[in-house]
Amino acid sequence: MATCSCCFPLMMITLFLYILLYLQPVPCSNVETKASQLFSSGHTNNWAVLVCTSRFWFNYRHVANTLSVYRSVKRLGIPDSHIVLMLADDMACNHRNPKPATVFSHKNMELNVYGDDVEVDYRGYEVTVENFLRVLTGRLPPSTPRSKRLLSDDRSNILIYLTGHGGNGFLKFQDSEEISNVELADAFEQMWQKRRYNELLFIIDTCQGASMYERFYSPNLMALASSQVGEDSLSHQPDLAIGVHLMDRYTFYLLEFLEDIHPASQTTMNDLFKVCPKSQCASTPGHRTDLFQRDPGSVLITDFFGSVRKVEITKETVNLTTPIVYEDHENPNRRIGTPQMASFWAFGPSSCLCSSRPTASNTSSTSSKTLPQALPGGPKPLVVGEKGICHITGMTPFHLLL
Amino acid sequence: MGLLSDPNRRRALTNLLTRLNTPLWGMPVDWLVKAMQARGLEVFTQSFSRTLPFPDENKERYMVHGTNVYGILRAPRAPRTEALVLSAPCTPGSSNNQAVGLLLGLAQYFRGQMYWAKDIIFLVNEHDLIGMQAWLEGYHHTNTTGMSWTPLEGRGGSIQAALSLELSSDIITSLDLVLEGLNGQLPNLDLANLFYAFCQKIGVLCTIQGKLQRNDWDSAAGYSQAVQTMLLMVLKQASGRPWGDHGLFLRYHIEAASIRGINSFRQYKTDLTTVGKLLEGMFRKLNNLLERLHQSYFFYLLPSLSRFVSIGYYMPAFGLLAAILLLRALDLWVQLGSPAPGTEDGLPFGPGVLSVLTPLIISHLTGVALYTLPIMAQQTAVEHFPVSETEAVVLTAIAIYTAGLALPHNTHRVLSGEGTEEGWRVLKLIAIFYMAVLLGCTALINFSLGFILALTLVPVAAFITPHVPRVLSALVMVLLSPGSTLLFSIFVYQELQEAPITLLEGWNLFLSVISQGILDHNLYGSLVYPLISLLVYPCWLLLWNILFWK
Repeated sequence: MATCSCCFPLMMITLFLYILLYLQPVPCSNVETKASQLFSSGHTNNWAVLVCTSRFWFNYRHVANTLSVYRSVKRLGIPDSHIVLMLADDMACNHRNPKPATVFSHKNMELNVYGDDVEVDYRGYEVTVENFLRVLTGRLPPSTPRSKRLLSDDRSNILIYLTGHGGNGFLKFQDSEEISNVELADAFEQMWQKRRYNELLFIIDTCQGASMYERFYSPNLMALASSQVGEDSLSHQPDLAIGVHLMDRYTFYLLEFLEDIHPASQTTMNDLFKVCPKSQCASTPGHRTDLFQRDPGSVLITDFFGSVRKVEITKETVNLTTPIVYEDHENPNRRIGTPQMASFWAFGPSSCLCSSRPTASNTSSTSSKTLPQALPGGPKPLVVGEKGICHITGMTPFHLLL
Repeated sequence: MGLLSDPNRRRALTNLLTRLNTPLWGMPVDWLVKAMQARGLEVFTQSFSRTLPFPDENKERYMVHGTNVYGILRAPRAPRTEALVLSAPCTPGSSNNQAVGLLLGLAQYFRGQMYWAKDIIFLVNEHDLIGMQAWLEGYHHTNTTGMSWTPLEGRGGSIQAALSLELSSDIITSLDLVLEGLNGQLPNLDLANLFYAFCQKIGVLCTIQGKLQRNDWDSAAGYSQAVQTMLLMVLKQASGRPWGDHGLFLRYHIEAASIRGINSFRQYKTDLTTVGKLLEGMFRKLNNLLERLHQSYFFYLLPSLSRFVSIGYYMPAFGLLAAILLLRALDLWVQLGSPAPGTEDGLPFGPGVLSVLTPLIISHLTGVALYTLPIMAQQTAVEHFPVSETEAVVLTAIAIYTAGLALPHNTHRVLSGEGTEEGWRVLKLIAIFYMAVLLGCTALINFSLGFILALTLVPVAAFITPHVPRVLSALVMVLLSPGSTLLFSIFVYQELQEAPITLLEGWNLFLSVISQGILDHNLYGSLVYPLISLLVYPCWLLLWNILFWK
């Protein structure tokens, strides 16, 4: 039975090897859980649309509101190329400003939110309802420069911040026109249907702001407002040297809250809902989360206010040297004018990524299963979908724009 | 921040004020031009001249030549579309010597600030209202009063608001706000609120009509103080003259007020730096305006600086008086309508028309005489009587006024035959309608004038008929005639000012008021004198004719 005595360790080793083989996916599922944590939000890029709708010197505080949010959003990582800033009037260079080129948010000139590197995309009279809706829906004339476009896709988390004078169901633009809550809700629905956002956070600081989000009906929308219907949002403090009120209360406390957030913060939306209670704000802030699919307690502030770049780890490799066939057989000479993306990482098995994908990607995944051939002499796209934009199922490519 | 927190600037201002304490002989035009230029303003002058229709004995002027000096502080970053005006009338003597100093001090301070969005015009006008009229006419390219002036070389855009300063001493105890302007026009109430707000903020005592506010509104004394203040405002507004240099701005839709410094016997005194701070604050607020002041009331009466009576409250009072007239007219119409045989409803025919038309024409001719003759006939009067021109004018006016009382007697000598019962009713109907329309229009333009006239004329119009006791009614009518109303108002005004006067003084004041009224009309376009002489007096004469109807 000498063989039996060395059979047992051998059996153990074999068993161990089998177990190893079976448990081979275990390191994959570690990555899986890590990756699932990384991609729990499902977004890959962040955009912000910050709008101040009122002009005139005595509406200084609305410009200061918008610039404070701009400041926070930039500080947390969203670059100017991903921010559409619309200011209806120029307070920094207003003739009445005793400190030109500054816009203060705290009295005694403690904090200048205008700074050195503010990029205003829509200024003065360009801030109109039509321009705002066109920015949101993407229906801009071809001549519009990139800085004035919201180039979001179905994996973008967008922050939309509106401030100005409003009423029950409307927001006043520039003393001459209004946008209604119905128009806004329809614009968001257009955005949803065109897959222009993954999740959208809508913040509004006006009188009776809660009326503006009453009519939303598209999924993945979360909304916050500074006051309920029938209440006025009040301003915070005047500065006696400048002579106007500097900020509105809700945004003032929002700014204070955001100053404590850093890119690695784990603060969630539930804390944001608590900003500016009635004792400080004199109005009752409201919020709406019924259209949002995730639990607000698991939504990080930086999901919307910051731009946290995510990296996906995969073990698959893709060979980039194989020639690819262009799928359009009818007109092989057709050129594609839209930006084309090549992805470095091919997709791995979907089981590695444990979160569910939004349905939009599934529809475009059918066209991207085969790798197309390249046009002779033309650029080498990897995948060309219907609109010429690369969608590869189940993956978050590190996009490189050609 | 704030005016004259810099000790150097404070010292400079004090030096300036001490220099200005000496009486000025005329206006130091060259010195002012140099002083303003040294402060970095764009300085221009305007010369003007006017010969008054007759010498003004109150201010002792007849042929007026003068120069206005004004400096424009351009807004550093703004387009030159709007302007604010700070003016100080420069008079010989010590009545306004400190205001110019404060104006120059403010100019220097304002020059160093970044936040001006409107040009600021610092105006020093000579011969107060006449100079101001010349400047305003030159600025707006109008010529309504026949003055001759040189055109303005420098302009600052459309004027949004103006303040006029009158300071006679460098230490004051209170600031008085004067709002009443030409023809009873008032600036927007927001300007008064602005002044009051800054007075409270800086802690300066502020008055209106020279009376302090009281806190006890419910007590009888507080209430009577409020009534007195309001009555003073009513009387001042009814006179139709501008009570400060600001009064002429209002015609051009420029909100303006005058601020007068008063030095009386109080313990707590304020110096000019505080007044400067107040003016700086007011100007800063006016600078931040995006539109002209229009949100508050234009028609109001102030029982105190913190309370007002709006037109919605006081107009119904006038409406009730006018209703009396309309009811009386209705009564007459009904009486006329109940038919006497042979006559149509309303107008009688034949000689009846003449007997109605004649008093009308003669009354109006008397009115025209009252309007034109005093000035035209002053030379002849001076030749024949030992009076000065001013006295000649005034006494001629009074003579024509009194001569009108004899009219009915003369009219009936002209006319043959008798007037009918219907005749006087028709005449009265016409007179009442005429009066109602006249008083209504007057009340719309200048409520106080319309109301005071209505108070005295409506009872007369209501009860007068040929059948009331003649002598008594004649006495009552004379006592309630426009001239006597003026006389009584003068006495009431003096009482309210707590400076009661004797009968003789009152009479002299009455004469000077008449001369001032005629001069105001000729110099600035005040409408009170033509209104009274051409319209109200003939209307009263019509009623007088009815009383003596035969």
